[in-house]
Parts: sequence; structure tokens; C-alpha cells
Amino acid sequence: MELLGVLLTYPLFPYLEQELLRRGCHLLRLYDSPENNHLAFLRANAASIRAVVCDTHVGADAATIDALPCLEIVSTFSVGVDKVDLVKCKERGVKVTNTPDVLTDDVADLAIGLAIAVLRKLPAADRFVRSGAWKRGGYPLTTKFSGKRVGILGLGRIGLAIAQRAEAFNCPISYHSRSKKHHPNYKYYPSALDLASNCDVLVVSCALTDETRLIINRAVIDALGPQGILINIGRGPHVDETELVSALVEGRLGGAGLDVFVNEPDIPEELFQLDNVVMTPHVGSDTVETSKSMANLVIANLEAHVMGWPLLTPVM
Amino acid sequence: MATATCTTNTPKIGEKPKLLVLRRISAYFEGVFSPHFDLIKAEESSLPLPAFLSTHCRDIRAVLIAAPYGMFGSSLLDQLPSLGIVACTTAGVNHIDVDACRKRGIAVTNAGEMFTPDAADFAVGLLVDVLRKVTMADRYVRNGLWMLKGDYPLGSKVSGKRVGIVGLGSIGSHVAKRLVAFGCPISYFSRAPKPNYPSYRYFPNVLELARESDVLILSCALTDETRNIINRDVMVALGKDGVIINVGRGALIDEPELVRCLKEGVIGGAGLDVFVNEPEVPEELTHMDNVVLSDHRAVTTPEAFKGVLELAIANLDAFFSGKPLLSPVSC
Repeated sequence: MELLGVLLTYPLFPYLEQELLRRGCHLLRLYDSPENNHLAFLRANAASIRAVVCDTHVGADAATIDALPCLEIVSTFSVGVDKVDLVKCKERGVKVTNTPDVLTDDVADLAIGLAIAVLRKLPAADRFVRSGAWKRGGYPLTTKFSGKRVGILGLGRIGLAIAQRAEAFNCPISYHSRSKKHHPNYKYYPSALDLASNCDVLVVSCALTDETRLIINRAVIDALGPQGILINIGRGPHVDETELVSALVEGRLGGAGLDVFVNEPDIPEELFQLDNVVMTPHVGSDTVETSKSMANLVIANLEAHVMGWPLLTPVM
Repeated sequence: MATATCTTNTPKIGEKPKLLVLRRISAYFEGVFSPHFDLIKAEESSLPLPAFLSTHCRDIRAVLIAAPYGMFGSSLLDQLPSLGIVACTTAGVNHIDVDACRKRGIAVTNAGEMFTPDAADFAVGLLVDVLRKVTMADRYVRNGLWMLKGDYPLGSKVSGKRVGIVGLGSIGSHVAKRLVAFGCPISYFSRAPKPNYPSYRYFPNVLELARESDVLILSCALTDETRNIINRDVMVALGKDGVIINVGRGALIDEPELVRCLKEGVIGGAGLDVFVNEPEVPEELTHMDNVVLSDHRAVTTPEAFKGVLELAIANLDAFFSGKPLLSPVSC
């Protein structure tokens, strides 16, 4: 990978950058130049950039790809590819790789952790103790997680991993997916609305596409109802965030565990007042162990590309 | 022997059996028990308790103990010569002199497994929270720091962590079942190996368990043997990335030593639902970022209480009709 010119769109896990340098890559850091200067930066360095490593903060959009005539490959440090213009890449013959599988466990772990945290109000309990309020009285009861009906939107790798964990809590599993899967124990529903009407905990774990944008709309939220909770470990734009906020504030939705938002890191402040909401700053796969595995996968893909070997995890 | 005969003082048809309640119970509890039993409430009397018992409770056969308000032992038992059953709505019975009851032929019943799933859920929830910093991250977001400071420090993967369970009883085995689904290898320390769980690795003491674990989950009863079972040696063995989750009793851990070990980085973090002197919590813990603290709420769900009260009623009904008790405490 000597002298491979790699554009980094966002500050990466330090190990990834170190490894790219160790292998002799020439790194160009888009984030070192101010945002309004990005295109100029790209054009100035276009001749050397053959690879882009991006992530969910800053992807590889059409303008970026257009500015890089020597671009051969985009490796995203994520499994979601909604921030990569796949159509443009296909047009230009630019290869795309992502990081599936290595982060499945982390995201599934967080989904279950968020569900328990919301239902049993863990952050609220912690606040209750730290503030000294526990010395003055008790906190109202919180509802049991085990046995709740779990509905999974998108029964892919992550959805299946969530189902597997929820089953250990005796949660009946149902799902909605583009197509029915062969799972005798999991009940299929033909729409997100049907799914929401028949579960207590709705988990969003599908890819963000034109079909799934705003799939969690007012009707779905109302169907989930005042005892229902929404867990979003997919993408912010899956959810009509304005409707979600008003449903939570008005008590029409029982609670929410959210790892993703429409306009990260800008989160509707109304959520900060609510004990039945748990928010994490897009940390679905943010563990030391998984970041390292994701980094290794990015590097392995870039190396495969340079050596003319088959890519490990190509998207197209 | 768990069953009791009722040859004397059997309630007449239509008459509700008497149930002594020593301390005030909530309206909710009262609403559940009063349709079935004639509640004799000691706290409503102006008499001090010993006088009340000797005056009004010579024929009392059943007492309901809804919370650990002090030891229920010989001095009270002596005032209740007809007592046949002590129905507790807690899982732990440290506040009952079970030995003294047994010697008098008095059965003790507890909450059975009614609290178990909630306790297990909570232990798992605390574990994910500590390793993935869920509560800490929620606090970060609520304080506006995601906007101001940007991305949050990395957490530690839950799946695959080596889990060591201290006390593989009802709660411990339910915790294990859940964490197996997270790909966690399970080890345990218990008074004796459990042949029902051949795939879990047994250790004869907590120190060795700690050496081979990334996480220790405490789910055993508090007894003289288990008091301070988590001491400095155990925490050193667990190591600087190790995490302790306590849904048992505060006194299972040497609490001042825990605080020191967390401050010094001897262990990596803790999720604590119980403390030695609730609701007092060591002040230093309330300033730490690598701990998650909760108010002894692991089992307090409406679903658990409903189950526990139904179980207590079932035990009492069984007692009054001479049938086997459902959740007798064996010792």
C-alpha cells in the first residue's frame, strides 16, 4: 500500500490512521481545511487521491467523488452506506467497501442495553441517587423488560443478533422486513404499522434507503402507543423526529432509546427533560475492540484493492 | 416440615382468616390482601407492640412480613404461640430468624422466583450500561456536551466478556442464560458445583473466579460466609478493566475498599443497585464516571409485585387449607 494516496474525511480511530501510515499510505485530511474550503482542498490534491476512507459523520457524496478523477475505492468505516453516493460510484467505476459483521454484536448489545435502560429508567435512577433524592423518598416503579413483545424492523445481521438476545429474556419476537424470512419462531408482519401495533418494544435496525426514510411516522408512533417504546440504532432519518418528540412530550409514546438523530450532534432539547428517554451519541459500534476490528477490515479491503485481490466486504 | 395442620382456629365458612401485619403496609398491598384476609394491624393500636401481641394475637396463625423492618425473631415469636406461617414478600429473609421459626414448627415462605427475571434483567442492564457507558453518555448528551465537545470516548464490548457469577442460584442462573445470548462464557462460584449447568465453569472460591473473569456479577444471599466476599484481593484479581455488578446486597462488598479500588483504578468500573447503608451511598461514588448507581430498584416492577403478592396469598391459602406451601424457605 506504499504511497497510496488516501483521503480521510473525518478524524478516525487513531489506530486506523497509524496503521495506514505504517503501511506507507500518503494521508490527506479533509478536516484539516475549513468546510467552506473543502472542494478547493480536494481539487488541489486530486492527483494523489486514489482512496477515500469515510464514516457516518462525513461520507463521500457526489461533489466529493466528482472532484477526485483518480479515485478508485471508497472504504467507509461503518456498515451503513447512506453517506456514500453509490450511484455516482457505480457510474465512475469506483469500488465501495463497508464494515459489516464485525460490529453486529456491539450494535445488538446496545439495542438491548437501551431497551432495559429505558424501561427500567437506569439513567434516571443514577440521577436520583447522585442528587441525594433517594434519601428523601422512593422512585415510582418501572416496568419489566423480560417477556415484552419485541418488534424488529429489518431482520438483517443486526436485527437477528438483537432477536437472539431478546429471546434469552423470553421476549416474543416479531419483525417486518422487505421479505419474509424463514424463522419459525419469529412472527412476520407485512408493514411497520402492523408491527408497531403488535409489539411493546420496536427496534429500528434496517438500512437507510429511500423506502425506509421516515418509516417511523406519526401513525407508527401512535400504534406503538403510551406503553410502547422505540429503540433506534439505525439512522436518525428513519424517524419523523418532530413527531417523535411531540409524542414523547405528550405521553402518546411510552419512551425511547435513541443512538441516532436526524441532525447529529444537534438533538431536540425537549428530550433532555424526559426520564423515559435515553440518548447516546451515535456509539452503536464505538468500543475499543470493534473499532479495531473495523479498522483492520478497512485496511484489509484497501490492501486487497491495491494487490488486485478480491475485496473482503464490497458493497457493490 | 412445610405443611401445617389446621385443627384449631380454622376459619368458619365465609370468615376470612386473620393475618397479622406488624408494620404499616401500602394501600396497594392492603387492597390486594384485604379481600382474602382479616388484616390485624399492629401499628394501628396505641399499645406498644409486645403488649399488642400478648393482648390480641394469642390466636394469630399467620403473619405477613412485607419489608425488613428489623429482626423477626424469638422475642416476637414468644408472643405468638399459635403462629404457623410467616409469609414474606421478599426473596431475602435475613430479617427472619428462620432457625427459631423452624424449631417452633413455623413455616417461612418468601417471594420464590417472582423477583428473579427482573433482577436478572437489571443486572444485564447495569452491565451493558457500565461497559458501554450508556448512562454516562446520556448525561453527556443532556449536558449539551455532544454539541460542544464532539464525539464521546469509546466503550468496551459486552459480547464475549468472561462473566463470573457469584452465586448461581435463581437469579444467577437467569443472568447466565441472558448473557449466554451475548456470547459470554459463564463461570461461577457457588457453595457447591451445579450439575444442571455443565457448560458453566465452576470455581471453588471467588478469588480464582475473579482471576479468570472480566466481569463479576453478585447475585447471592447475604450470609456470614458471604459478607465482604468481595474484598481487595478479589478486586486486584479482577483487574484494572474489571467490572463488578451488584444486585445482591451491599454488604457482599467491602464498600470502603470498593471506593478505594475504583479511585485507584484497581478495577475498571461498577454497577451498583445495593449499598451497605441504603439510602446512604458513599459520596465519592457520586462523583465517579465509571460507575452506575441505582436505588435498589432491580426487582421493583409492578409485574414482580403482582406476582409476589399473588404468591404470598397462594402460600397463605395453602397453609389455611392444609396444602403444601408453594415457596417455603429451606435452610
